[in-house]
Amino acid sequence: MTNWLEVLVYVIAGTAAVVALVHLARDRPVEDGMYLLLGIAELLLLVQLVLGSVDLANTDRDVSGALFVSYLVGVTLVLPIGAFWSLAERNRAGTAVLLLAILTVVGLQLRLHAIWAGAGA
Amino acid sequence: MPEEQHSLSSGWGRALVFAYGVFAVAATGRSLVQLGTDAGKAPLAYSLSLLAAVIYLVATTCLLVGGPRAWKVAVVACSIELVGVLTVGALSYVATDLFPDKTVWSHFGQGYAYFPLFLPVAGLAWLRATRPR
Repeated sequence: MTNWLEVLVYVIAGTAAVVALVHLARDRPVEDGMYLLLGIAELLLLVQLVLGSVDLANTDRDVSGALFVSYLVGVTLVLPIGAFWSLAERNRAGTAVLLLAILTVVGLQLRLHAIWAGAGA
Repeated sequence: MPEEQHSLSSGWGRALVFAYGVFAVAATGRSLVQLGTDAGKAPLAYSLSLLAAVIYLVATTCLLVGGPRAWKVAVVACSIELVGVLTVGALSYVATDLFPDKTVWSHFGQGYAYFPLFLPVAGLAWLRATRPR
Protein backbone atom coordinates (compact mmCIF):
# COMPACT_ATOMS: atom_id res chain seq x y z
CA MET A 1 0.00 0.00 0.00
CA THR A 2 1.06 3.57 -0.65
CA ASN A 3 2.31 5.03 2.60
CA TRP A 4 2.09 8.76 1.90
CA LEU A 5 -1.48 8.30 0.74
CA GLU A 6 -2.47 6.50 3.93
CA VAL A 7 -0.85 9.19 6.07
CA LEU A 8 -2.58 11.94 4.08
CA VAL A 9 -5.96 10.26 4.51
CA TYR A 10 -5.43 10.05 8.28
CA VAL A 11 -4.33 13.69 8.47
CA ILE A 12 -7.35 14.97 6.52
CA ALA A 13 -9.75 12.67 8.35
CA GLY A 14 -8.27 13.73 11.69
CA THR A 15 -8.57 17.42 10.81
CA ALA A 16 -12.14 16.97 9.58
CA ALA A 17 -13.06 15.01 12.72
CA VAL A 18 -11.75 17.77 15.00
CA VAL A 19 -13.59 20.46 13.00
CA ALA A 20 -16.79 18.40 13.10
CA LEU A 21 -16.40 17.82 16.84
CA VAL A 22 -15.97 21.55 17.51
CA HIS A 23 -19.06 22.37 15.42
CA LEU A 24 -20.99 19.63 17.19
CA ALA A 25 -20.05 20.99 20.61
CA ARG A 26 -20.87 24.59 19.66
CA ASP A 27 -24.09 23.54 17.88
CA ARG A 28 -23.12 25.27 14.63
CA PRO A 29 -23.77 23.76 11.21
CA VAL A 30 -20.60 22.91 9.27
CA GLU A 31 -19.43 25.25 6.51
CA ASP A 32 -19.11 24.29 2.86
CA GLY A 33 -15.36 24.00 3.41
CA MET A 34 -16.02 20.82 5.36
CA TYR A 35 -17.54 19.21 2.29
CA LEU A 36 -14.56 20.39 0.24
CA LEU A 37 -12.21 18.73 2.74
CA LEU A 38 -14.20 15.50 2.61
CA GLY A 39 -14.20 15.75 -1.20
CA ILE A 40 -10.39 15.81 -1.18
CA ALA A 41 -10.34 12.81 1.17
CA GLU A 42 -12.71 11.00 -1.19
CA LEU A 43 -10.42 11.70 -4.16
CA LEU A 44 -7.48 10.26 -2.21
CA LEU A 45 -9.52 7.17 -1.35
CA LEU A 46 -10.37 6.70 -5.04
CA VAL A 47 -6.66 6.97 -5.90
CA GLN A 48 -6.02 4.43 -3.14
CA LEU A 49 -8.55 2.08 -4.74
CA VAL A 50 -6.56 2.15 -7.99
CA LEU A 51 -3.08 1.99 -6.43
CA GLY A 52 -4.18 -0.63 -3.90
CA SER A 53 -5.54 -2.88 -6.63
CA VAL A 54 -2.27 -2.53 -8.56
CA ASP A 55 -0.30 -3.35 -5.41
CA LEU A 56 -2.46 -6.40 -4.81
CA ALA A 57 -1.85 -7.64 -8.34
CA ASN A 58 1.92 -7.23 -7.94
CA THR A 59 2.47 -8.62 -4.47
CA ASP A 60 3.90 -12.08 -3.76
CA ARG A 61 2.67 -12.09 -0.19
CA ASP A 62 -0.42 -13.94 0.96
CA VAL A 63 -3.09 -11.23 1.16
CA SER A 64 -6.77 -12.21 1.17
CA GLY A 65 -7.59 -10.48 -2.10
CA ALA A 66 -11.40 -10.42 -2.02
CA LEU A 67 -11.40 -9.04 1.51
CA PHE A 68 -8.79 -6.41 0.66
CA VAL A 69 -10.66 -5.22 -2.43
CA SER A 70 -13.99 -5.15 -0.59
CA TYR A 71 -12.43 -2.82 1.99
CA LEU A 72 -10.79 -0.71 -0.74
CA VAL A 73 -14.19 -0.26 -2.37
CA GLY A 74 -16.13 0.00 0.90
CA VAL A 75 -14.03 2.87 2.22
CA THR A 76 -14.78 4.91 -0.92
CA LEU A 77 -18.56 4.60 -0.34
CA VAL A 78 -18.74 5.94 3.22
CA LEU A 79 -18.09 9.65 2.65
CA PRO A 80 -20.48 10.14 -0.31
CA ILE A 81 -23.29 8.36 1.54
CA GLY A 82 -22.51 10.18 4.79
CA ALA A 83 -22.33 13.58 3.08
CA PHE A 84 -25.58 12.98 1.21
CA TRP A 85 -27.32 11.76 4.37
CA SER A 86 -26.07 14.74 6.40
CA LEU A 87 -27.04 17.37 3.80
CA ALA A 88 -30.74 16.72 4.41
CA GLU A 89 -30.31 18.32 7.83
CA ARG A 90 -27.56 20.86 8.22
CA ASN A 91 -27.81 20.99 11.99
CA ARG A 92 -26.26 19.19 14.93
CA ALA A 93 -27.53 15.81 13.77
CA GLY A 94 -26.13 16.38 10.28
CA THR A 95 -22.74 17.21 11.79
CA ALA A 96 -22.94 14.06 13.91
CA VAL A 97 -23.53 12.03 10.74
CA LEU A 98 -20.40 13.54 9.17
CA LEU A 99 -18.37 12.77 12.28
CA LEU A 100 -19.59 9.17 12.25
CA ALA A 101 -18.73 8.89 8.55
CA ILE A 102 -15.20 10.18 9.19
CA LEU A 103 -14.70 7.78 12.11
CA THR A 104 -15.96 4.94 9.90
CA VAL A 105 -13.38 5.82 7.25
CA VAL A 106 -10.60 5.81 9.86
CA GLY A 107 -11.82 2.45 11.19
CA LEU A 108 -11.94 0.94 7.70
CA GLN A 109 -8.49 2.34 6.87
CA LEU A 110 -7.03 0.69 9.97
CA ARG A 111 -8.62 -2.65 8.99
CA LEU A 112 -7.46 -2.21 5.41
CA HIS A 113 -3.90 -1.75 6.60
CA ALA A 114 -4.17 -4.83 8.85
CA ILE A 115 -5.56 -6.92 6.00
CA TRP A 116 -2.69 -5.81 3.75
CA ALA A 117 -0.32 -6.86 6.53
CA GLY A 118 -1.89 -10.32 6.45
CA ALA A 119 -4.86 -10.31 8.85
CA GLY A 120 -7.99 -12.31 8.01
CA ALA A 121 -11.67 -11.55 8.62
CA MET B 1 -49.65 12.75 10.99
CA PRO B 2 -46.91 12.50 8.36
CA GLU B 3 -44.37 14.31 10.56
CA GLU B 4 -44.67 11.63 13.23
CA GLN B 5 -43.99 9.01 10.56
CA HIS B 6 -40.62 10.47 9.67
CA SER B 7 -39.50 11.47 13.13
CA LEU B 8 -37.64 8.20 13.75
CA SER B 9 -35.02 9.00 11.11
CA SER B 10 -34.68 12.76 11.54
CA GLY B 11 -32.78 14.75 14.13
CA TRP B 12 -30.61 12.48 16.25
CA GLY B 13 -32.40 9.59 14.59
CA ARG B 14 -30.54 10.55 11.42
CA ALA B 15 -27.18 9.95 13.10
CA LEU B 16 -28.53 6.73 14.56
CA VAL B 17 -29.68 5.47 11.16
CA PHE B 18 -26.22 6.10 9.75
CA ALA B 19 -24.49 4.28 12.61
CA TYR B 20 -26.91 1.36 12.40
CA GLY B 21 -26.49 1.26 8.63
CA VAL B 22 -22.71 1.04 8.94
CA PHE B 23 -23.00 -1.79 11.45
CA ALA B 24 -25.60 -3.58 9.34
CA VAL B 25 -23.15 -3.63 6.43
CA ALA B 26 -20.14 -4.42 8.64
CA ALA B 27 -21.81 -7.30 10.46
CA THR B 28 -23.36 -8.72 7.29
CA GLY B 29 -20.04 -8.58 5.47
CA ARG B 30 -18.15 -10.08 8.36
CA SER B 31 -20.57 -12.97 8.91
CA LEU B 32 -20.72 -13.78 5.19
CA VAL B 33 -16.92 -13.84 4.91
CA GLN B 34 -16.61 -15.91 8.09
CA LEU B 35 -19.29 -18.41 7.09
CA GLY B 36 -18.06 -18.49 3.50
CA THR B 37 -14.39 -19.13 4.20
CA ASP B 38 -14.34 -21.43 7.24
CA ALA B 39 -17.79 -22.05 8.73
CA GLY B 40 -16.63 -25.02 10.83
CA LYS B 41 -13.96 -23.11 12.74
CA ALA B 42 -16.29 -21.30 15.13
CA PRO B 43 -19.93 -22.06 14.29
CA LEU B 44 -21.35 -20.35 17.38
CA ALA B 45 -19.35 -17.15 16.92
CA TYR B 46 -20.20 -16.97 13.22
CA SER B 47 -23.90 -17.63 13.82
CA LEU B 48 -23.92 -14.83 16.37
CA SER B 49 -22.26 -12.52 13.84
CA LEU B 50 -25.08 -13.36 11.44
CA LEU B 51 -27.71 -12.77 14.15
CA ALA B 52 -26.11 -9.39 14.91
CA ALA B 53 -26.21 -8.56 11.20
CA VAL B 54 -29.92 -9.38 10.96
CA ILE B 55 -30.73 -7.32 14.05
CA TYR B 56 -28.79 -4.31 12.76
CA LEU B 57 -30.60 -4.60 9.43
CA VAL B 58 -34.00 -4.79 11.14
CA ALA B 59 -33.21 -1.80 13.37
CA THR B 60 -31.95 0.30 10.44
CA THR B 61 -35.04 -0.53 8.39
CA CYS B 62 -37.45 0.21 11.23
CA LEU B 63 -35.86 3.60 11.92
CA LEU B 64 -36.10 4.47 8.23
CA VAL B 65 -39.69 3.26 7.83
CA GLY B 66 -41.09 4.94 10.96
CA GLY B 67 -44.60 4.69 12.39
CA PRO B 68 -45.92 2.92 15.50
CA ARG B 69 -45.40 -0.62 14.24
CA ALA B 70 -41.81 -0.03 13.16
CA TRP B 71 -41.24 1.66 16.50
CA LYS B 72 -42.33 -1.49 18.35
CA VAL B 73 -40.17 -3.77 16.21
CA ALA B 74 -37.23 -1.42 16.70
CA VAL B 75 -37.64 -1.63 20.49
CA VAL B 76 -37.56 -5.43 20.29
CA ALA B 77 -34.52 -5.38 17.99
CA CYS B 78 -32.58 -2.92 20.17
CA SER B 79 -33.45 -4.91 23.32
CA ILE B 80 -32.22 -8.18 21.79
CA GLU B 81 -29.14 -6.30 20.65
CA LEU B 82 -28.43 -5.00 24.17
CA VAL B 83 -28.94 -8.42 25.74
CA GLY B 84 -26.81 -9.95 22.98
CA VAL B 85 -23.86 -7.63 23.36
CA LEU B 86 -23.92 -7.94 27.16
CA THR B 87 -24.21 -11.75 27.10
CA VAL B 88 -21.69 -12.37 24.34
CA GLY B 89 -19.42 -9.69 25.77
CA ALA B 90 -19.39 -11.34 29.20
CA LEU B 91 -19.14 -14.90 27.80
CA SER B 92 -16.19 -13.96 25.58
CA TYR B 93 -14.25 -13.13 28.74
CA VAL B 94 -15.51 -16.01 30.91
CA ALA B 95 -15.97 -18.90 28.47
CA THR B 96 -13.17 -18.26 25.99
CA ASP B 97 -13.40 -21.80 24.58
CA LEU B 98 -16.91 -21.02 23.28
CA PHE B 99 -15.47 -18.37 20.97
CA PRO B 100 -12.36 -19.52 19.09
CA ASP B 101 -12.95 -16.60 16.71
CA LYS B 102 -14.38 -13.16 17.34
CA THR B 103 -17.88 -11.85 16.73
CA VAL B 104 -19.05 -8.26 16.46
CA TRP B 105 -20.17 -8.50 20.08
CA SER B 106 -17.04 -10.15 21.54
CA HIS B 107 -15.47 -8.27 24.47
CA PHE B 108 -18.41 -5.84 24.42
CA GLY B 109 -17.55 -4.71 20.89
CA GLN B 110 -13.93 -3.88 21.65
CA GLY B 111 -12.85 -4.39 18.04
CA TYR B 112 -15.37 -1.74 16.98
CA ALA B 113 -14.40 0.92 19.55
CA TYR B 114 -17.23 -0.29 21.84
CA PHE B 115 -19.83 1.11 19.44
CA PRO B 116 -21.85 -2.15 19.61
CA LEU B 117 -22.26 -1.54 23.35
CA PHE B 118 -23.19 2.12 22.98
CA LEU B 119 -25.51 1.69 19.98
CA PRO B 120 -28.41 -0.23 21.59
CA VAL B 121 -28.39 2.13 24.58
CA ALA B 122 -28.54 5.15 22.26
CA GLY B 123 -31.19 3.37 20.19
CA LEU B 124 -33.42 2.62 23.17
CA ALA B 125 -32.99 6.18 24.48
CA TRP B 126 -34.01 7.55 21.09
CA LEU B 127 -37.01 5.22 20.89
CA ARG B 128 -38.05 6.29 24.38
CA ALA B 129 -37.94 9.92 23.28
CA THR B 130 -39.98 9.18 20.14
CA ARG B 131 -42.58 6.91 21.76
CA PRO B 132 -45.78 7.11 19.68
CA ARG B 133 -48.75 8.57 21.54
